[in-house]
Amino acid sequence: MSSPEIVLSAQGLVKRFGGITATGNVNLDLRKGARHALIGPNGAGKTTLINLLTGVLEPTEGRILLQGEDITNLAPHQRVRRGMVRTFQINQLFDTLTPLETLALTVSQHMGLGGRWWQPLGKRRDVTERCEKLLAQFHLTEVMNQKTNVLAYGKRRLLEIAIALACEPSVLLLDEPVAGVPAGEREELLQTVAALPADVSVLLIEHDMDLVFSFANRMTVLVNGTVLTEGDPDTIANDPQVKAVYLGHGEELAHG
Amino acid sequence: MNAQESLHDSRRWKLWEPVFWLLALATPFVLGSHALIINEIAIVALFAVSLDLILGYTGIVSLGHAAFFGMGAYTAALFAKHVMPDPLVGLGVAIVLSTLFGAVCSLTIMRGTDLTRLMVTIGVGLIMMELANKLDFTGGADGLQGVIMGPLLGRFEFDLQGQTAAWYSLCVLLVFFILAKRLVNSSFGATLMAVRDNRLRAMAIGIPVTARLAVIYTIAAGVAGAAGALLAQTTSFASIDVFEFHRSADLKLLLVIGGIGWLYGGVTGAIVFKVMQDWLSSITPQYWTFWIGLFLVVLVMVGRERLIRPWTWFGGKK
Repeated sequence: MSSPEIVLSAQGLVKRFGGITATGNVNLDLRKGARHALIGPNGAGKTTLINLLTGVLEPTEGRILLQGEDITNLAPHQRVRRGMVRTFQINQLFDTLTPLETLALTVSQHMGLGGRWWQPLGKRRDVTERCEKLLAQFHLTEVMNQKTNVLAYGKRRLLEIAIALACEPSVLLLDEPVAGVPAGEREELLQTVAALPADVSVLLIEHDMDLVFSFANRMTVLVNGTVLTEGDPDTIANDPQVKAVYLGHGEELAHG
Repeated sequence: MNAQESLHDSRRWKLWEPVFWLLALATPFVLGSHALIINEIAIVALFAVSLDLILGYTGIVSLGHAAFFGMGAYTAALFAKHVMPDPLVGLGVAIVLSTLFGAVCSLTIMRGTDLTRLMVTIGVGLIMMELANKLDFTGGADGLQGVIMGPLLGRFEFDLQGQTAAWYSLCVLLVFFILAKRLVNSSFGATLMAVRDNRLRAMAIGIPVTARLAVIYTIAAGVAGAAGALLAQTTSFASIDVFEFHRSADLKLLLVIGGIGWLYGGVTGAIVFKVMQDWLSSITPQYWTFWIGLFLVVLVMVGRERLIRPWTWFGGKK
């Protein structure tokens, strides 16, 4: 089987904050349609890596290629336009807007209508139809007209991911999508993550091993800002090094 | 209800709105003896709508919005004095120049925090005031005198009672209000609110945040300039008072009274503030600011929602 093309590639990424090296020479390739998990203990530099990839932070060294194009010096919003979109570990939503308004403005922006001051939001059928699809897909239809800040946490978490998908990403970075979601609202969320479009390449950061092992077909283990190892889930689960530093002293690893 | 209807419903003109504007336009004729204050209210309301575009809808704090108001005022006055006395042409020129000035100043609000933005905007306001004070062609501390306005549309002379002035200002206010409403309800307006609510996420969905800030700051400057031009034209005078810090500060109070992030907030705030100021200063010319201050404290402590619903003051659940 030939490997599908690489859509996102980090090459020799280094990020230093003063004397502290948060990311040390990380190489990472994300292939088309991948379900790639990035795991590692707290403080391993996972979120720093996401911030470097999305352009929130500037790398000290190294470069980032998206679909073969060097995007190292692009602003965050320019990377989004080229198809790389992220979600946040802590919800970053538009609190005073409704889920419908949020998605409508995201879809409009994505379609290049964000600068049109004379065209009412949601005037165009293609925008609202896309919103309806997303609302249904993420179980948000019944709350679409409520203000985002009054929604239940699980719904807010779903909206967090729906916003990212509204940008029609080719590369999606999921930063702990199920973090803090209560058990009752969890299933809905897991289903939507599992149902992400197959052609979207996903990089998942997660602590929840059930989700990681049921979702990922490739894994990278990050420790102290550097890549410890990379491989398919079985290899990682049986890697003694990984067990030692991360999964805790050789205990049996639960498969999801 | 589907998505399109929902979005359309929350954005269309409500029934009371045309009624409100018709009543407003009728006031200079019905309340002719109060035309001067009606004119003043319309001007301040336009100024407040302009501040609301950046403060309420985009989250840019400013205490120097008077810089653009003053720019419009001096431009209109100088244009009438030296070039031609036609009010509408003067208004147009004032809007263009304050918009350009706004575009330049927008560079100063891109970076930094709310606090640094407050300082920078105050700074720009002070610079403008000192320039108007120092330069020869602005008339210095005496203000720009000898401004004579031509008739509006070549037919309506500005009368001493202020009826033409009030009608002129109300019409200009209405035009800008309609445009502003169109703007805040558009896709562009929604992206502004996204920037206000969460700048990090706005960037993460591909909104060019700094470009948005620059554009709306520039537009708001133009609208503030229009308000300033109206003041200069309807009073045939421009003085350094138009740049005063208290103008920017009062404007913020007025938005607090009327409600931020709601276009009618600026309009109601202007009505309440000006009527109260007029009424209180006629009762107690020396101490009226005491009562305005008290009102503001009560308003903030009790909350606007409760203050306008006296039946909720005593008893009840909440």
